[in-house]
Amino acid sequence: MEAVSLILQLAWTFFLVGAFTFGGGYAMLSLIQNQVVVAHQWISESAFTDIVAISQMTPGPIGINAATYTGYSVLYEATGLHWMGVCGSAVATLALVLPSFLIVLLIVKFYTRFRKSTLFEGTMGWLRPTVVGLIGAAAVILVVRTAWNGCVPEFSLVRENIIDWKSWLLMGAAFVASYWKKINPILIILGAAALGVLLY
Amino acid sequence: MGREKVSLWQIFAVFAKIGTFTIGGGYAMIPIIQREMSRRGWISDEELPDIVALSQSAPGVMAVNISIFAGYRLRGIPGSIAATLGSITPSFLIILAIAMFFSAFRDNPWVERAFKGIRPVVISLILVPMVNMARKACTSWWKWALAVASLVLVAFLNVSPIYILLVVIIMGFSVTYYSGRWKR
Repeated sequence: MEAVSLILQLAWTFFLVGAFTFGGGYAMLSLIQNQVVVAHQWISESAFTDIVAISQMTPGPIGINAATYTGYSVLYEATGLHWMGVCGSAVATLALVLPSFLIVLLIVKFYTRFRKSTLFEGTMGWLRPTVVGLIGAAAVILVVRTAWNGCVPEFSLVRENIIDWKSWLLMGAAFVASYWKKINPILIILGAAALGVLLY
Repeated sequence: MGREKVSLWQIFAVFAKIGTFTIGGGYAMIPIIQREMSRRGWISDEELPDIVALSQSAPGVMAVNISIFAGYRLRGIPGSIAATLGSITPSFLIILAIAMFFSAFRDNPWVERAFKGIRPVVISLILVPMVNMARKACTSWWKWALAVASLVLVAFLNVSPIYILLVVIIMGFSVTYYSGRWKR
């Protein structure tokens, strides 16, 4: 019974994520993280970070990968059963796709008018910067934990992700490699895995 | 459009192939889709930019949106279902295999050490697309303010991104509407 209610919650959560993802896979990650790690606390920050890494390395759109993986993890963690995990991933993935499906079919009907509409472009002009902030928040949440003590914020590092000074170094190097050197993210992750084995 | 009827299975198979070879994000997929679609005469190179633009403006995963749209063009709603299932099935199977495998290997000391190196790097790999998006999207001071405000609200004040998006959609829509540009 508990598993059934968990599956329903998972379906609703991923339906919302699918409906509110504007701006691609990374925007979706920020929504998934917020729902699954922060709101429902189904999985930890570090487990989510691992999911993101694996989703980047494997074929397929990153949003779908992360949803499938998260769906599996949530139900497997709760029940300890692989087949429940499979159910969870199927539910999460299909629920994620459903809103796109309905909306795309809807706009197919009158899409030339829709695309050229100033109203649509104007609204997107507000949405795009917001999504930038949401993706930034996803990165911040993986580094800093904020606890509120009344009105006083208490910040602490997410120790599972930022272990020591070497973590900051790896993070900086990866930024340089990806942003300025345009190195493929898969190679960066593989390099980081090799360095992790050497350094720790 | 005078196209011969494409079988649903064929649509599924082609999109499964595309899904298998997309690593990373949706943009990596566009050249592959282009090749597969124009080779079969399903969607011309002239039509594709419109489909991509439409897929970007709908919520969700862009790659899936492209499949829904292309499938619809080919065989209507059954076609779009076949294309969607095709594009998500490879990810689904690969991730399931890894998830099952990884749950058994997560405590392996080698895997643990590798992930100690990987985790901080993932954060940078989230920041890079954010910076790239910011350079295009934040074109004025108030757009920067919007980005910073939503970052602070979500990261430090635990506000749900969904509420923020809803408020911004309503605000953006009303401001555009009442500024009169819409009526012209």
